[in-house]
Amino acid sequence: MATTHRGAASVELRHIVKRYGPVTAVNDVSFTIAAGTLVTLLGPSGCGKTTTLRLIAGLETATSGQLLIGGNDVTTLSSADRDVSMVFQSYALFPHMTVLENAAYGPSVRGASKREAQALADEKLALVGLEKLGERLPAELSGGQQQRVAVARALVLEPRVLLFDEPLSNLDAKLRRRVREDIRDLQQRLGLTVVYVTHDQQEALAVSDRVIVMDHAVVAQSGTPRELYEEPASLFVADFIGDANLIDVMVRPIDGGLAEVSVGPMTLRLRRRGIDAGPAKIAVRPESLLFRTEGGLPGTIAKVAYLGTHMEYTVATALGDIFVIERGAPTLREVRAKVALAFAERGVTLVRG
Amino acid sequence: MTRASVLWLSLGGIAIALLPWYGLEGDGLLSSDWLRSYPDASTGPALYQIAAAGRSWLLLPVLPWLGLAGVAATRGERAFVTWAGLGMTLLLVEGFAIIHSGPAWPWLAALLSSDAKQPGLGYGGALLGLSYLMLGSRGFAARGFCKGDAFTVSAIALVVSLIALFVFFPILTMLASAGQNNNGAWAPSVFIDKLLSAAIWGVGCIARGVSCGVAWNTIFLAIVAGAGATALGLAFALLTVRTGFQWKRLLRLLTILPIITPPFVIGLAIILLFGRAGAITALLSDWFDIPRSRWVYGLPGVLLAQLLAFAPIAFMVLIGVVQGVAPSLEEASETLGASRWTSFRRVTWPLIRPGVANAFLLGFVESMADFGNPLVLGGNYEVLSTKVFFAVVGASHDQGQAAVLAIVLLAFTLGAFYAQHRWLGRRVYTTVTGKGDSGLPIPLPTGVRAACYGVAALWTLLTLAIYATILLGGFVRALGRDYTFTFDHYLTGFSAEWGPRGLLLTGSAWDSLWTTLGVSAVSAPLTAAIGLVTAYLLTRQRFAGQRLFEFGTMLSFAIPGTVVGVSYILAFNVPPVELTGTALILVICFVFRNMPVGVRAGMAMLAQIDQSLDEASLTLGARTGTTLRRVVLPLLKPAMVTALVYSFVRAMTAVSAVIFLVSAQHNMATAYIVGRAEAGEFGLAIAYSSALIVIMLAAIALIQLLVGERRLGRRALGAGELAIEGAG
Repeated sequence: MATTHRGAASVELRHIVKRYGPVTAVNDVSFTIAAGTLVTLLGPSGCGKTTTLRLIAGLETATSGQLLIGGNDVTTLSSADRDVSMVFQSYALFPHMTVLENAAYGPSVRGASKREAQALADEKLALVGLEKLGERLPAELSGGQQQRVAVARALVLEPRVLLFDEPLSNLDAKLRRRVREDIRDLQQRLGLTVVYVTHDQQEALAVSDRVIVMDHAVVAQSGTPRELYEEPASLFVADFIGDANLIDVMVRPIDGGLAEVSVGPMTLRLRRRGIDAGPAKIAVRPESLLFRTEGGLPGTIAKVAYLGTHMEYTVATALGDIFVIERGAPTLREVRAKVALAFAERGVTLVRG
Repeated sequence: MTRASVLWLSLGGIAIALLPWYGLEGDGLLSSDWLRSYPDASTGPALYQIAAAGRSWLLLPVLPWLGLAGVAATRGERAFVTWAGLGMTLLLVEGFAIIHSGPAWPWLAALLSSDAKQPGLGYGGALLGLSYLMLGSRGFAARGFCKGDAFTVSAIALVVSLIALFVFFPILTMLASAGQNNNGAWAPSVFIDKLLSAAIWGVGCIARGVSCGVAWNTIFLAIVAGAGATALGLAFALLTVRTGFQWKRLLRLLTILPIITPPFVIGLAIILLFGRAGAITALLSDWFDIPRSRWVYGLPGVLLAQLLAFAPIAFMVLIGVVQGVAPSLEEASETLGASRWTSFRRVTWPLIRPGVANAFLLGFVESMADFGNPLVLGGNYEVLSTKVFFAVVGASHDQGQAAVLAIVLLAFTLGAFYAQHRWLGRRVYTTVTGKGDSGLPIPLPTGVRAACYGVAALWTLLTLAIYATILLGGFVRALGRDYTFTFDHYLTGFSAEWGPRGLLLTGSAWDSLWTTLGVSAVSAPLTAAIGLVTAYLLTRQRFAGQRLFEFGTMLSFAIPGTVVGVSYILAFNVPPVELTGTALILVICFVFRNMPVGVRAGMAMLAQIDQSLDEASLTLGARTGTTLRRVVLPLLKPAMVTALVYSFVRAMTAVSAVIFLVSAQHNMATAYIVGRAEAGEFGLAIAYSSALIVIMLAAIALIQLLVGERRLGRRALGAGELAIEGAG
């Protein structure tokens, strides 16, 4: 098995199903990941995203369906034959090997000589800035350093696809942002195909070329971060990404792909998005609600939280509690104050109920 | 086609064309004896047998190899499954169908000529079978079984086949033979008669003066020994954990001794102390005029020996249980106004009760399986294990009777194991939590403490006397009669002299000692290997029939040695697998009897090793075999030491199964010692025993040294700390 560079590869899932006895963990999932892009699998725990990642890695075998890497069918190939590397949530560094031995493990088990393997390992350790710590044991490193060793180890073989399973979950909040940026930077610099699993929507939006949102073993929506945020295809996606307010409305289609939507006392004109006349919902981003002194939807401030860069309010209205974010406001609104809410131009989307 | 497939296909070809198909007489492949007549009807390979020796039926198992070679060239590995399966089936069928005496079944004899005879499979047959097994596994892997991992499928196939062949097949053969009369015909009525005979179940001892059935004897002994050993163990555990007892380290040491002592050696020492001519008997007779008697032969002696042997086992179980009772629970009870005695009775005792029951069942099973002590000390008190032995080697030589007795014994031990799993499995109250529990255990109630001290003192005294006897008995002319210092016994056993051709080992014990060391040294790594691989398969892989597989690996633990011995004799005395009289059968017997310990130790360790370590290795391109070797095994070192030490020591000390399997050529130390003891040569027996104990201590130290420590360098314990701390 040679360790030559073969370039990043695309990943394609065709009607993949994975069952464990009566439980279906992945149900008829199909998507394509273009070579050289970073795609995130996003969803709540138990949605099947990690199983999907493990299927790509070859750590699980699909019950049915086809999996292609670089156009080749790898459905029944074992993990060792797939040319795919993974960075594990727990890092999975071999505790009885030094940092250098860990990084050199891949080439060495594939038959490279010790010197070759160490040279490759040194190169990648330098890439993540750990060239000086090669002789340490993993237990002697900090969490962030361990994570970088795990990345270097996965990179050594120049895999056609690199997989990340919640790589930031064991890091503290401050480190997360930096590591996240490092990963994105590395991916773009080396032109890697990366599949990244997370349950943190902010993390997903920040690093991805595309995001695939999963829910209950199926793909709920896939698209660019912006599409997902601004055009959620379902209530679940709208709710999961960015805490949208979901408000009951009545829809009346009009010309030009638009619809007239009545929200309480107000009427909005929104893109219809194929929704029929009758009751539906709109997803409203918390920062797309504007405070007005008069007109709009009347309500009362129920909760207030001061977060430095912005304020968070919960407003009790006839349509239910509405979550509002206000930036750069001159004054702090008091609990029980009477307010009126209006909708901004953007961030209000009609969603199938 | 992969390199491994080419390799296995070629090995299959070599097995057919070159290797002797049948088992070789004499020293086997390594000696050159067989080459002198190669090839002939006994040493020829399959091709020769078919072409020149008139054994055309061997075409059946050989032809599928051509099929495999054909599909390998044309259709790829997926098609291996059919052909390898066919080859394996035909190999087994023809092996069972035609044996020494000709065709095994009457209807077959009608079809074949009367001189269609064959001995058991040899290197050729075994290698071809292995080749079919491995190629079939590769076929299943190519079809996507076990994530397409050929190593895993092969390992499962190999372990399952071995367990089927060396655990289940003998037991089934034994069951079948119990239903046959002496001519080998199927006779269920004979089986029922034998099973219900008064010799086994008679209750004459209650009303009349005759002795009871051997089954009742066994049960009675097991209950008393189990209860007694548990009481002793509990007394020690309470003493160690709950009092300011000064000699705790000594107690720990005393608990290790029985592990490295062959079980019957305690019986031997008891004879030397309390027998008619025993040391203590002599003292009592001289000083107090207590007449010498043979009281020790029979139930009292066996019971005493078993109590001394099993109490440490109960202690090891119970010390964990007693330590597990959180002191805060008792403190809570006391603050609620309960007296010390009430707290013990209402809180402590209910918490340790399941552990006590567990220790009792363990002692019960050990007593049932014990063979050496009843053999040496039993006198007229017969138990199942010795009765089985005498049914095989005695004047009656009734293998059917032995099989029936073995079945009764097996039913008892399996019943006890079933009870243990079913009834106690979920009832163990673990009160050890991750939280620190800083309370102080309350002192024992005065009465309990006094009882503990009394029992412990007596037991320690006895144990010291026993081990003094074992270690020193070999250096005096005749313990109890003549205390003159002498090396005679050691010289008889282990003398050596310089002859014209170098060092000459003239002692009578050397042969059996070398066999024992050789067999133990070969079987220990094999046991550890198969045990740890099995543990890996059970914890790290998911496959159909896994629960049954686990049950099968643990089953051999519940089978008493005598039952194993009988079943091996019945199963492996005839083709196709003919092994009796070889050293190989001893190795196999040890490997499969001791394998559960390797499995348990490995499973406990693997449960603590993060599975993503294996997965990381796989995604980095290492195959499962490489992953095992480079990642899992180095982390499994403590389990490896446990498995190696245990299987080595068990192989050195076992007597019950091997006494059936030893031969003049391959005798084992324990069987030899028992033979000496039966012949009344106690001096030599005890000298040899102490030599064995010393050798085992040295071997354990050596294994520790060779395997070494795990290197983990856990200095900084941080967020990324990997949970691999072992239970080693």
